[in-house]
Amino acid sequence: MTDFSYTLLIPLIPLLVFIFTGLFGMKWKPIVSGLIGTVGLAISFMLSLLAGYQYFFASATESFHSIIPFNWLWLSLSDSLQIQMGVLLDPISVMMLVVVTTISFMTHIYSLGYMKGEKGFARFYAFLSLFTFSMLGLVMATNIFQMFIFYELVGACSFLLIGFYYQKPSAVAAAKKAFIVTRFADLGFLIGVLILSFYTGTFDFEKLTQPGSTIFTHVAGLSFMGISALSWAMGLIFAGAAGKSAMFPFHIWLPDAMEGPTPVSALIHAATMVVAGVFTVARLFPIYHFYTPDVLIFIGYVGGFTSLFAAIIAITQFDIKRVLAYSTLSQIGYMMVGLGVSGYGGEAGLGYMAAMFHLFTHAMFKGLLFLAAGAIIHAVHSNYMKDMGGLRKHLPITHITFLAASLAISGIPPFAGFFSKDEILAAAFHSNKLLFYTEYITAGITSFYIFRLYFNIFWGKNTQYKHKPREAPLNMTIPLIFLALASTFGGFIPFHNLIAPDMKPFATHTDLLIVLPSVFIGLLGIAGAWILYKKENDIPEKITVWMGGLYTVTYRKFYIDEIYMFVTKKIIFNRIARPVAWFDRHIVDGFMMGIGAVTVMVSRKIKGLQTGELQQYAFVYVAGVILFVLTFLYYLG
Amino acid sequence: MSILSLFVLVPVLTIIGIMFTAGLKGTRIVAAVGMGVQLLLAACLMFYYLSVKGAGDLHEMILVSDYNWFPSLNIHYTVGVDGISASLIALTAVVIFAGIFASWGMEYLPREFFITLILLATGVFGFFISLDLFTLFLFYELAVIPMYLLIGIWGSGPKEMAAMKLTLMLMGGSALLLVGLLGLYFYSAPNGGPYTFNILELAKVHMPYEAQRFFFPLTFVGFGVLGALFPFHTWSPDGHASAPTAVSMLHAGVLMKLGAYGCFRVAMFLMPEAATEMAWIFIILTSISVVYGAFGALMQKDLKYINAYSSVSHVGLILFALLMMNQTAIDGAILQMISHGLMTALFFALIGMIYGRTHTRNIYEMGGLMKVIPFLGTMYMIAGFASLGLPGFSGFVAEMTIFFGAFQHQDLFHRVATILVASSIVVTAVYILRVIGIFLLGQIKHEEHLRLQDAKWHEKLSTITLMIGIIGIGIFPLWLSNTIMGSLQPIIDRLTVYLH
Repeated sequence: MTDFSYTLLIPLIPLLVFIFTGLFGMKWKPIVSGLIGTVGLAISFMLSLLAGYQYFFASATESFHSIIPFNWLWLSLSDSLQIQMGVLLDPISVMMLVVVTTISFMTHIYSLGYMKGEKGFARFYAFLSLFTFSMLGLVMATNIFQMFIFYELVGACSFLLIGFYYQKPSAVAAAKKAFIVTRFADLGFLIGVLILSFYTGTFDFEKLTQPGSTIFTHVAGLSFMGISALSWAMGLIFAGAAGKSAMFPFHIWLPDAMEGPTPVSALIHAATMVVAGVFTVARLFPIYHFYTPDVLIFIGYVGGFTSLFAAIIAITQFDIKRVLAYSTLSQIGYMMVGLGVSGYGGEAGLGYMAAMFHLFTHAMFKGLLFLAAGAIIHAVHSNYMKDMGGLRKHLPITHITFLAASLAISGIPPFAGFFSKDEILAAAFHSNKLLFYTEYITAGITSFYIFRLYFNIFWGKNTQYKHKPREAPLNMTIPLIFLALASTFGGFIPFHNLIAPDMKPFATHTDLLIVLPSVFIGLLGIAGAWILYKKENDIPEKITVWMGGLYTVTYRKFYIDEIYMFVTKKIIFNRIARPVAWFDRHIVDGFMMGIGAVTVMVSRKIKGLQTGELQQYAFVYVAGVILFVLTFLYYLG
Repeated sequence: MSILSLFVLVPVLTIIGIMFTAGLKGTRIVAAVGMGVQLLLAACLMFYYLSVKGAGDLHEMILVSDYNWFPSLNIHYTVGVDGISASLIALTAVVIFAGIFASWGMEYLPREFFITLILLATGVFGFFISLDLFTLFLFYELAVIPMYLLIGIWGSGPKEMAAMKLTLMLMGGSALLLVGLLGLYFYSAPNGGPYTFNILELAKVHMPYEAQRFFFPLTFVGFGVLGALFPFHTWSPDGHASAPTAVSMLHAGVLMKLGAYGCFRVAMFLMPEAATEMAWIFIILTSISVVYGAFGALMQKDLKYINAYSSVSHVGLILFALLMMNQTAIDGAILQMISHGLMTALFFALIGMIYGRTHTRNIYEMGGLMKVIPFLGTMYMIAGFASLGLPGFSGFVAEMTIFFGAFQHQDLFHRVATILVASSIVVTAVYILRVIGIFLLGQIKHEEHLRLQDAKWHEKLSTITLMIGIIGIGIFPLWLSNTIMGSLQPIIDRLTVYLH
């Protein structure tokens, strides 16, 4: 048995880096913090790769096992409910370690160039390290409570990083929105954990996800409002996951989160934190599959709906980061679909494997898209497509890498996205036709909006730039190239040999019946974008006019934000909070003050009773005591 | 003379020392030294307690000592501590220590101010070491009365009014409380013999249920007023808004816990059947406190009002958890007492420091302060995160323990109440981020705010002391939680015997 205790260092190094740069970063030159952070992450990255190699490839076995090299008692709530902080290694957590440290390491290098000269450079690196620590703690969690703790922490890091430009009101508003929406979802997670842990008496994933365990026998038969207690628990836990993964209707925070610096969008809002929800569902998959299949298929539908919905919105957006944000929603929807349609054991577990596979490839190509978008924004100083065009000549490296990522997300072979997306489609095809068609259409829309973006940025009109756009420095292009390679060749990693819901990998085969149509619709989308956007023309304009209201509704993101604003501002603030404040000041306090006023009045009236005669006082006193005793006796009577 | 009496003696000696010192500098040094010694003592007590328990001591209270000071009525001066009171003593010592440094620049009648402030602390320390209800009540009053002077003389705004309101409401509570305590006294000897005020003796006596039903609500409400139980909380916003910094710190940080501690140790512990029977009424009231306090804080403009309402909400959670009557929930309640004590003291300290610079507490008149006073701004932000229950800080540990404890009840009523109360964490996040967003982040609104000075050394010392407590408990909660759990065991055992 290999000794994995070194894996504890993977999250601890970023934590130490955070503590040091957080406390002393102000005193150093900014670049020192950046370098310490990057070197720390480099070590974590190496260790993760080592762990990945040792776990997956060092011993050739039929199936994998969970390993807990470290578990420390953090808090004991009762004799059975113990909260541990530990490290759990199993195929999905090891894979996530690699994903998180890879993207984080690339972001660290990239930010050395991108954030150069920014005020708060040290602060930025401190927060990045803190986030990386929290995210690693989340994926390595040995129990659901540890996961909840790190859920909250990544939420806070997300707040700090979205609000990095804290003097900008829109950034502050976006940060608040992200935190509050995910907090609301986390409340669901918390209540779910309360119910789950109450009936099972444990937080441990090992016990919870053991198929055929007896801990769920207490829950069976309990129901509330026609839904079983366990479904409530798992549904509420999914609500928390949906909040983090920005599934409909909690998706509203993610597009606004693009107010943060672009490397943050790449790291947190594309590759790592937003897939925490997918990871959670995967982590608890055996419970969903065996005990609450109703919730599992619900997850699939939520994912399917979100993926289509977000892809449609993505077509109409002009801010390149927002297009990518909606694309992220859509792709995470894919992963949820993969989980929703998956079975357990053998080939039935295809959806689960595909979801994890897609999580991996998506992290690479979406991280790349964001970092490339950052390089573009860096070059033209604008987020909007209208300020771009013809950039392929100015930014050759960015152009090629962006293209690789675009092909990957469109599912064109042999790029990475092709393999993972195709397997999700295959899994859906075998179990749920409705979801299959939804995702199939979404695939076409995906390749259309991503190539709309690509052509608008790199082809289209030849914009005259005030400052000639220049290719980004080396510390920004190296991460792009690395991720482009991962997006191009990542699909050849034999995921089906590594990941399965029951940790017993199975063989997959390619079904041409699904591959060909899916490649076809991808190409169709690209062709559509080619016609409309490769050369400057007025067809898109005409279509917009032709679509009329439908276009506006889509452009306004189906008014979901407005609905939220209505509920929070108009109802919660104006209809609840203000009246409560008023009620408290005028009614409750008024009542108390009234008692005071009456006392004063009465005391004025009875002033005359104070005669100074001792006998009279004594008489009144004794009479009072007798009265009190009598009342008391009567009451006891 | 027992070791524990030092906790009263040291503040008294400090007061005497201050009386013979002239000027602000001398006064504050004497005060700081005195309270530093007190803090050291509290730390020693905590370590001593842990080592004694680690060595396998099975006594419920340690360091017990007894002196009969009013033999005809059998009133004793009895002291003793368990893990709960020891940790609350430590809390008090930390808060008063930080409070002294937060009022370092007090210019108006500094000598009298520090004397009154420490007198208040003396009352609190005495309260926590007392095992005799009469002395306990005496110390309780000793803690409440200086408040009147402190707000009335050193306060701001409509201070006389606020002082009067606060004192009258608390005195009203005391009146109910006194009746409750006398009830306990007169039922303490069912088989003849002298009556007693001793808590441990009283716990062995079984009070008739009818009498419990009468005296429990009086005692609970009596203490509950100090714990800002809805609807008796209205002294809190006005009182805090007018009180000087250190007084707000001590009041919200420690004094409100006196109420909660009393509810637990006297009302519920000595009258368990009535407590179980009537818990539902108070569960409703405390649930209202929690949610209502949070909503009340949502639209306030004054920093102190926001934290006053937030305190109503958080202390309501303490009372709520106590009423759940199981080990986990009560453990959470006591963790919340300590955690909220530290957090709210930190908040009020920071508000005082910021007010001292900007001369306004209206959040809409400030903005972008993070840029000019980064230390205080960062501290406020961390305090905010702690208060909204972020992991890594003490508030999270306390709240989670409470929620998991409260959820042990199987019936719908308790569960709905728990979920309702738990949902306040979202509202808390909203009002805290709202405040931070308005006054710390964004653009600077006033030119003169650009010239503000960041924290001085004593302000850093004050806030960092509190912060260490918050983070320490947040990251390593196990030792404290286990200490409290251990002390709760005998109490819970006794309750189970009575209730079944």
